[in-house]
Amino acid sequence: MANDDKILEQVTNNEYKYGFYTDIETDKAPKGLNEDIIRMISQKKNEPEWMLEFRLDSYRKWLKMEEPEWAHIYHKPIEYQDIHYYAAPKKKKNPKGLDEVDPELLDTFNKLGISLEEQKRLTGVAVDAVMDSVSVKTTFQDTLQKHGIIFCSFSEAVQNHPELVRKHLGSVVPNNDNYFAALNSAVFTDGSFVYIPKGVRCPVELSTYFRINAANTGQFERTLIVGDEQSYVSYLEGCTAPMRDENQLHAAIVEIVALKDAEVKYSTVQNWYPGNENGEGGIYNFVTKRGLAKGHNSKISWTQVETGSAITWKYPSCVLLGDNSVGEFYSVAVTNNRQQADTGTKMIHIGKNTKSTIISKGISAGYSENSYRGLVKMTKNAHNSRNFSQCDSLLLGDKCGAHTWPYIKAQNTSSVVEHEATTSKISDDQLFYCNQRGIDTENAIGLIVNGYAKEVLNKLPMEFAVEAQKLLSISLEGSVG
Amino acid sequence: MLSIKNLSVSIEGKQILKKLNLEVEKGEVHAIMGPNGTGKSTLASIIAGRDFFDIDEGEVFYKGQNLLEMDPEERAREGIFLGFQYPVEIPGVSMNNFLRTALNEQRKYHGLDPMSASDFIARMEEKKKMLDMQSNLTKRSVNEGFSGGEKKKNEIFQMAVLEPQLAILDETDSGLDIDALKIVANGVNKLRKPDNSTIVITHYQRLLDYIIPDVVHVLYDGRIVKTGGKELALELEEKGYEWLKEHAY
Repeated sequence: MANDDKILEQVTNNEYKYGFYTDIETDKAPKGLNEDIIRMISQKKNEPEWMLEFRLDSYRKWLKMEEPEWAHIYHKPIEYQDIHYYAAPKKKKNPKGLDEVDPELLDTFNKLGISLEEQKRLTGVAVDAVMDSVSVKTTFQDTLQKHGIIFCSFSEAVQNHPELVRKHLGSVVPNNDNYFAALNSAVFTDGSFVYIPKGVRCPVELSTYFRINAANTGQFERTLIVGDEQSYVSYLEGCTAPMRDENQLHAAIVEIVALKDAEVKYSTVQNWYPGNENGEGGIYNFVTKRGLAKGHNSKISWTQVETGSAITWKYPSCVLLGDNSVGEFYSVAVTNNRQQADTGTKMIHIGKNTKSTIISKGISAGYSENSYRGLVKMTKNAHNSRNFSQCDSLLLGDKCGAHTWPYIKAQNTSSVVEHEATTSKISDDQLFYCNQRGIDTENAIGLIVNGYAKEVLNKLPMEFAVEAQKLLSISLEGSVG
Repeated sequence: MLSIKNLSVSIEGKQILKKLNLEVEKGEVHAIMGPNGTGKSTLASIIAGRDFFDIDEGEVFYKGQNLLEMDPEERAREGIFLGFQYPVEIPGVSMNNFLRTALNEQRKYHGLDPMSASDFIARMEEKKKMLDMQSNLTKRSVNEGFSGGEKKKNEIFQMAVLEPQLAILDETDSGLDIDALKIVANGVNKLRKPDNSTIVITHYQRLLDYIIPDVVHVLYDGRIVKTGGKELALELEEKGYEWLKEHAY
């Protein structure tokens, strides 16, 4: 037992490596939310009238809605009037090249290992970096433009491609979908926009890096990805935040539309600040992510590695509307210390012969609570559709909780839904076996957990899989069963 | 190499080893025989560093170091290898990844750089060939879905790759058919070197037809009641363990 205590102690000393704060001038709106603030945001962004109307409509709906209470999470009430709804690093207008971007900002992203210049030169990954509410810089524009691919900040898209934004905005997640979606629709400040034209296979990974920097600031970003017919894109999102004592709200929306024969693969490595070992501080992450597999034979695939946030409330979902469309959800959610995660997916089968796969791996340690919540729905006309779900929980220690809430609704008789679930612990025998080969307990846990999550990690793009593996080991450093 | 003096061990108040003494010199192969439940596996676990026993008295020295003060991983890095009686499964972790991690942890301890990928692959191939192992074994997850025999062969394979100085094989022969037994014994014999020592723990004499020990000990009721040459194993086979009771008390 003494050994366990020692190791537990190490967890508490385990610092969040992205917890620094960049001292940079910001342009902030006053705290609080009302129609004037929304008008101000819209004006700052020089938005067209329809965009402002969308925001105000969302705000009015939000006022009539109530914060959902069904999730297995507990937190202090969120003071919505105590948040800045707009914060932007002060910068020169529209930097044309990296040399025009504030060096402090570039330095921030360099510290995060997201060197925009490096990325541009070496990896062939196009990056859009969003700090607080504003997109900092999107790299790789020339290559993308050659293929007619649009990858830009949401604000730019509203200015330059209003017809595309207007057509798809809110088409997958309506502005009254849920409390946090309504809030986001009212106040979202930036995010990424992607359009892949018909028949184009995007030659590089597209990546957005989100960073909350300013204090008392909510981050409300919005991502919209449209894959036109026969297109393909792989998109990755990464997130970090400084260590702060207070909780910060993050309420994002991601909408994906996949037309006929299109495939969109969305991967997330979520590493928001999780709070300290006593559960103080950390990000409240209330996110709505949904993809519409609209066309026949379209495919949407979600892969997420969730290690951060004090609270995670997130259910990346697929609406399988087109016949033969495919939805996938691969998830590893790690909770340690006092973290709480209520996460899962919804697979709504509407088209015929639609298929969905759910692989969820929950890993709980410390005093954390880790829940899987998923819905598989076979509607009346979703003939001959199939779902396979596998929900595994791994427990480290005896103070944490793992919960599984699968909901299955079958409204036709020709569809097949399979659900498998397991709960396991890292056994002392496994640890000793590793120790006996010369591997210490910390590394053994990393090895075993990565083995457990391998099915999901394998779905990540190569360059991010390595990062995710390291992240898993770091998040669990010191937690022994 | 290994020196155990007056070792008494208990678990939850029940005494398992009673003032046990054992000396293993460099280059020797010792066999420890005895009926079930006499403390053979406990002895193996104590040497490897399992922590659920209480050491009541006694000392264990390995290469002159006080073994009982070392963590299990430190013992392994110093060259102690335990071939488990019941090897555990580690789903999703390939044998390649597992052994490479183990090998590099051991190298790091000795101040060496990690082994290069090509050198590692070469070593794996060499040992597979030496032990006549299937080549897909190293791509599979550690012991997952392995048959009983495969698990035991896999223990010997790990021993071959890690090249320990003191190997303890805990009932490696149990549950093996004669062909598997020969493969295991063959592996042990090939790995025998003048500066390595091996302790073979077994219930049956038949393994000792293939691995010829220098010294045979009989463990009974927590203590070594008889020590002799390889002929002791045969005598034991012939007369049975009942014969020992006379020596024990």
